[in-house]
Amino acid sequence: MSILVNQDTRVVVQGITGRSGRFHTQQCVEYGTKIVAGVTPGRGGSDVDGIPVYDTVSQAVTQTGADVSVIFVPARFNAADSIMEAADAGIRLVICITEGIPALDMVKAKRYLEDKPTRLVGPNCPGVITPGECKIGIMPGYIHRPGKIGIVSRSGTLTYEAVDQVTKLGMGQSTCVGIGGDPVIGTNFVDVLALFEADADTEAVLMIGEIGGTAEETAAQFVKENMTKPVVSFIAGQTAPPGKRMGHAGAIISGGHGTAAEKIEALEAAGIAVAESPATIGETLVRRL
Amino acid sequence: MNVHEYQAKQILEAHGVNVQRGEVAATSDEAEAIARQLDCQLYIVKAQIHAGGRGKGGGVKLARSPEAVREHADAILGMQLVTPQTGPEGKLVRKVLVAEASDIERELYLGMVIDRTDSRLVLMGSEEGGVDIEEVAATRPEKILKQTIDPAIGLPPFQARELAFDLNIPRELVNKAANLMIGLYNAFVDSDCSLAEINPLAITKTDDGQDIVALDAKLNFDDNALWEHEEIGAMRDPNEEDARELEAGESGLSYISLDGNIGCMVNGAGLAMATMDLIQLHGGEPANFLDVGGGATTETVTHAFRLILADEKVQAVLVNIFGGIMQCDVIANGIIEAVKQVDLTVPLVVRLEGTNVELGKQILADSGLNLIAADGLSEAAQKAVQAVAS
Repeated sequence: MSILVNQDTRVVVQGITGRSGRFHTQQCVEYGTKIVAGVTPGRGGSDVDGIPVYDTVSQAVTQTGADVSVIFVPARFNAADSIMEAADAGIRLVICITEGIPALDMVKAKRYLEDKPTRLVGPNCPGVITPGECKIGIMPGYIHRPGKIGIVSRSGTLTYEAVDQVTKLGMGQSTCVGIGGDPVIGTNFVDVLALFEADADTEAVLMIGEIGGTAEETAAQFVKENMTKPVVSFIAGQTAPPGKRMGHAGAIISGGHGTAAEKIEALEAAGIAVAESPATIGETLVRRL
Repeated sequence: MNVHEYQAKQILEAHGVNVQRGEVAATSDEAEAIARQLDCQLYIVKAQIHAGGRGKGGGVKLARSPEAVREHADAILGMQLVTPQTGPEGKLVRKVLVAEASDIERELYLGMVIDRTDSRLVLMGSEEGGVDIEEVAATRPEKILKQTIDPAIGLPPFQARELAFDLNIPRELVNKAANLMIGLYNAFVDSDCSLAEINPLAITKTDDGQDIVALDAKLNFDDNALWEHEEIGAMRDPNEEDARELEAGESGLSYISLDGNIGCMVNGAGLAMATMDLIQLHGGEPANFLDVGGGATTETVTHAFRLILADEKVQAVLVNIFGGIMQCDVIANGIIEAVKQVDLTVPLVVRLEGTNVELGKQILADSGLNLIAADGLSEAAQKAVQAVAS
């Protein structure tokens, strides 16, 4: 079992004719994901590797029954607009891979989503994968294996590192969700934790956070009050200097807040086992179980 | 990206925010000339550097005549100004703002940020202005008043008035204060700010009553939106930024200078931060944060090596790559090519993991290059720390 996506998920790719859109579409198809349509305005009627391309998401949904969209539209081509278009077309889940969307554009896009049933994951994220069933995003599929650990993370390659450790220790993943490294994101830790708590086949959750904001502290509170399943965590950026953006737009210690130390303290106070080193994320999980 | 106070005030003024009359000067001659032009009773001379607390370090002076303005400008220009935000080495002052000084009755705080919790803009005000607002937030959070803004509506006048009344701004100045707040909001949105602060916002005494004036201003901009705002990009002061960080940004690499001696090259921001943490956990100190991005090519890796090695503190380099879609054999060839092009005189520790990792390791082993291969994260950090120690 899983959360968000599974073998029945039908995916439309927004920005399918771009270089990375096309490449990652191929990778997802190879993994077994049902990619049913692509969208590039002005390229409707053509196809990309046999996948039909439409001018609008609305057309793609009507013609193919797509229920999830993944966005590879570059930031300079207004990816925030693509998010709103997907929501307007009735897409259930929008996964936005695009990096570099201005924060105020995201503030508007999130406002647009407020009274719609659409869930947004990202932007600036690796995507969502339910191992063995459906991969939507840019993560390497082969490091995953089906299992019972739910993973949620603000990072990309650090998540692959964690997944790899978990897999090599003989455990698999129910679903892995990259929520993204930007200050304004669609789905946060708490949303995903609630989904994992309700998922019958997720036994434990691994949450990978980093400096900046207070999402980890909010998650800690949620875990303490609402979760019965064990949660293990790692926080990146213990050595990051204040006031500097560490790659991700949201990874910044500002006004003395958002430090790794604060987050680790909050997590441990909520009974969450926090790995001291990125090399021992898997081990910490095994010990906790 | 940050700008100087005088630049922030230019942007705010263009959006209807009331600021003191004044101009920026690079020499004491210019400073005196500006003062003569202003022709007022009292002047203020303010050092322009990208750091707060300038007054405490002697970078802000009052003057009663253009001659006195000249003397202060002379003393401040060229000084290495140390403030609580500059670090002990301070910052060289290259420009001063010369402005008409105000007769201050009260100092307030006004700020705007994006609240990450609810993804909305928040206008903040406090009656405890002119002081470190972070300290107020930490010790007396009830002293900071907030208005949350609906992005579909913008900042309506009633919300601005509400904050103005809550801040006990004199009744006859409330509408002016509300317009100033709306100006701040418009400046924030029009130029894609990530932070805007007016601290202090002063109630001043004038010949014919009272006025409300932005005495200091700080604007930070969203780097992701700078391409849409050429006029703001043009305000960048390279003297205020780390040369290597600037160069890295121009070539699409994400690089931050740190104080240690182990240079790091990693793919992905989260893994790059984790690698820094790991080095410290093993008793070393990272020299930098460097994310080479998802599609690390020979070119980007070469560029990254050059950046790392340009830092004289670096005594060893740790390369940590998790090859996902990007294959380890391709990365290994990239590293070999890059090392051939740069003059590598310090030990190089390489840790590869992911797709085609065995092939990648083999390529590195067969290259004849003098590098230290590592299996796993911990071993990589240990070997890098040892390489520096020996």
